[in-house]
Amino acid sequence: MDEDYLFAATQTHHTMMGRAIVKETTLEEFIKNPNAGNEPELLEIKAGKDIKKERTENVTLWTEHEIGNHHWGLSIDLNSCIGCGACVVACTAENNVSVVGKDEVRRSREMHWMRIDRYYSSDADPKEHQSGDNALMEIPSDMPKVVYQPVMCQHCNHAPCETVCPVIATSHSSEGLNQMTYNRCVGTRYCANNCPYKVRRFNWFQYSDNKDFDFNTNNDLGKMVLNPDVVVRSRGVMEKCSMCVQRIQEGKLNAKKEGRQVKEGEVNTACAQTCPTQAITFGDYNRKDSAINTMWKPEERSYHLLGELNVQPNVFYQTKVRNVEEVAEVHTKGAEKHS
Amino acid sequence: MSGNHEAVVRDPLILGKKTYHQMTEDICRPIEGKANKYWWISFIVAFVAMIWGMTCLAYTIGTGIGSWGANKTVGWAWDITNFVWWIGIGHAGTLISAILLLFRQRWRMSINRSAEAMTIFAVICAGLFPLFHTGRPWLDYWMLPLANQFGSLWVNFNSPLLWDVFAISTYFSVSLVFWYLGLLPDLATVRDRCVDPTKRFIYGIISFGWKGTARDWHRFEEVSLVLAGLSTPLVLSVHTIVSFDFATSIVPGWHTTIFPPYFVAGAIFSGFAMVLTLMIIARKVLGLQEYITLQHIELMNKIIILTGSIVGVAYTTEFFIAWYSGNGYEGYAFQNRAFGPYWWAYWSMMTCNVITPQLFWFKKIRTSIMATFIISIFVNIGMWFERFVIIVTSLHRDYLPSSWVMYSPTFIEVGIFVGTIGLFFVLFLTFSRLFPVIALAELKSILKKTGNQYKKKGIL
Repeated sequence: MDEDYLFAATQTHHTMMGRAIVKETTLEEFIKNPNAGNEPELLEIKAGKDIKKERTENVTLWTEHEIGNHHWGLSIDLNSCIGCGACVVACTAENNVSVVGKDEVRRSREMHWMRIDRYYSSDADPKEHQSGDNALMEIPSDMPKVVYQPVMCQHCNHAPCETVCPVIATSHSSEGLNQMTYNRCVGTRYCANNCPYKVRRFNWFQYSDNKDFDFNTNNDLGKMVLNPDVVVRSRGVMEKCSMCVQRIQEGKLNAKKEGRQVKEGEVNTACAQTCPTQAITFGDYNRKDSAINTMWKPEERSYHLLGELNVQPNVFYQTKVRNVEEVAEVHTKGAEKHS
Repeated sequence: MSGNHEAVVRDPLILGKKTYHQMTEDICRPIEGKANKYWWISFIVAFVAMIWGMTCLAYTIGTGIGSWGANKTVGWAWDITNFVWWIGIGHAGTLISAILLLFRQRWRMSINRSAEAMTIFAVICAGLFPLFHTGRPWLDYWMLPLANQFGSLWVNFNSPLLWDVFAISTYFSVSLVFWYLGLLPDLATVRDRCVDPTKRFIYGIISFGWKGTARDWHRFEEVSLVLAGLSTPLVLSVHTIVSFDFATSIVPGWHTTIFPPYFVAGAIFSGFAMVLTLMIIARKVLGLQEYITLQHIELMNKIIILTGSIVGVAYTTEFFIAWYSGNGYEGYAFQNRAFGPYWWAYWSMMTCNVITPQLFWFKKIRTSIMATFIISIFVNIGMWFERFVIIVTSLHRDYLPSSWVMYSPTFIEVGIFVGTIGLFFVLFLTFSRLFPVIALAELKSILKKTGNQYKKKGIL
């Protein structure tokens, strides 16, 4: 096999560059301190003569959006995620995400509304409170430690994408969702540039009913795969994770017809429903008893991705805890056996 | 315009033995005579480039922005780079015609007409990019706060893109009115000299019935001053607002408070470079060496040293602040600019914008027409790279390394850029054949103060 073949990969950079993106700790550390690896950044705030320390997330210049009866969110446990990608498949099927083909993927134009980021450790990764050499940090170790992180729209309450759209095609719902109005979008792509999570996807071409993209939408049988509850987007508009708003809407309507409130677990997103390890949990922050509310423990493992930006996402992550002692033990035992 | 006298020891701004009549003859010659070979060659080349650009643009509108090289991470690239580059070039015109007018700099009179024309043509080229870089350009009018029947839909006044719409349309309209107003007395001169009745009729209409009475002149002077006053803040505001597209975002490398002054200085820098590039050719081709003199070129070169140095300080300050702020993302963004995969773009920018204009400290270089021409081209290239560096190298590696990608342009977007250069020259060359390229009436007002032979008389 001497032939060169260009891979079509959605991720082309493999290390975390010493950034606290996937937060990690060891079991030993975690038992001592449940907040290990997830220590909050505190800001000193002067109020008159008093100086108090405040979590960065609680400091803001923005006015809060009004939240109505529901406040939807997702929790993602990085300890449970095995990086299988079932959520990505489920999301693609549920939301009629366009299949664009290898060539477009090579141009970094996959349309996936969610992705599994995979990071390798690097030998040059900085130790605590140190900075590393950028060029060396780009090179993964020969035998890297791997972490996975599902990333979808974080549904920021202070969303950078919402302020920059000149035509208000992306706005905040009263249920905490960052919503995209395809019909209004003219396609300036400013929102995508300003999204720190880079989860927005642009319809570079007309992907449906186009011979140049000969996938499922070009024939009647293929079209039967499409979800009738979700619109098929046309060229020139931005799209992104809606937190399965069609399912939320259905759940709310069913509850309304029956004259009751939406029950916990009645609505679920495609990704959360599909996850084999239940790493993803969907829920309503407005329900005191909801799973997502009991899971949100910033004093333990919960954190917001790029929390220092204070965009106040409705999606949060939970620190990965590695049992390194046991692994080390196995390794040393193995080494003894071999020698 | 101003009645005060000028010291005889100052170098004359109009060379040769000029009389009022001779000036009229010199400046109307390109309009009345036949175009020469060089004009036709340049026009055909520019026209072909323009057609090629329009073809690429039509293809883009037909198939989608996917025909360009942008991707999920780098949403803007050549489109906005070219937009900012052209807008920057459009800055010298207003600076020369408004700010230099208010400062009573007489040397601006030989160059303001062409510089203003250049401004208008550059803004036209610039405007094409935001209009056609959208996914659905046929809906661009949604960015205007028009009364509509879509319900409560309105524009987003928080969005810097909307401010851009206002800033650029205001700039364009004020520049156009200012330029056209200045043309009126000269168009009347052309009209009065016309032999062909059709031409006479057309120039008669477009000169708005200028009679050259004292009342005409009085109003002309008054309106010029008012428009100069209105344009002056625009010189600063337009590029400030363009810089807000970046400065108000959260992208590391964009989110910088230094951007407004840095962008304005850069715009004037690139604007003057383009004026020099054009004027050095135009004075030769149109035979205007006695009006656009070495003194003019030297004075513009001095502005280039100043603004080039401001830009150089801004680049350094950005780096310093990226380190001093302790913000890891920003620190990385700047290290990545200089030493990352796009290092060549960064160092092209540094060489062209910071090092080359410093050569103008040497009198020999700043009074050499050839050297000035070469350096002005360098500055034009450098300023294009500056925008490319800001836009592409900031976007391609931002917060989450999983989304880091590379960007490279397609021949379609290169074609559109080449097309705008073609369009610019088609417009400018057409302008040079139809309108007086020097503000004739205005320049006549200083002939007896700063004309070569009158100066000599003063000494003798």
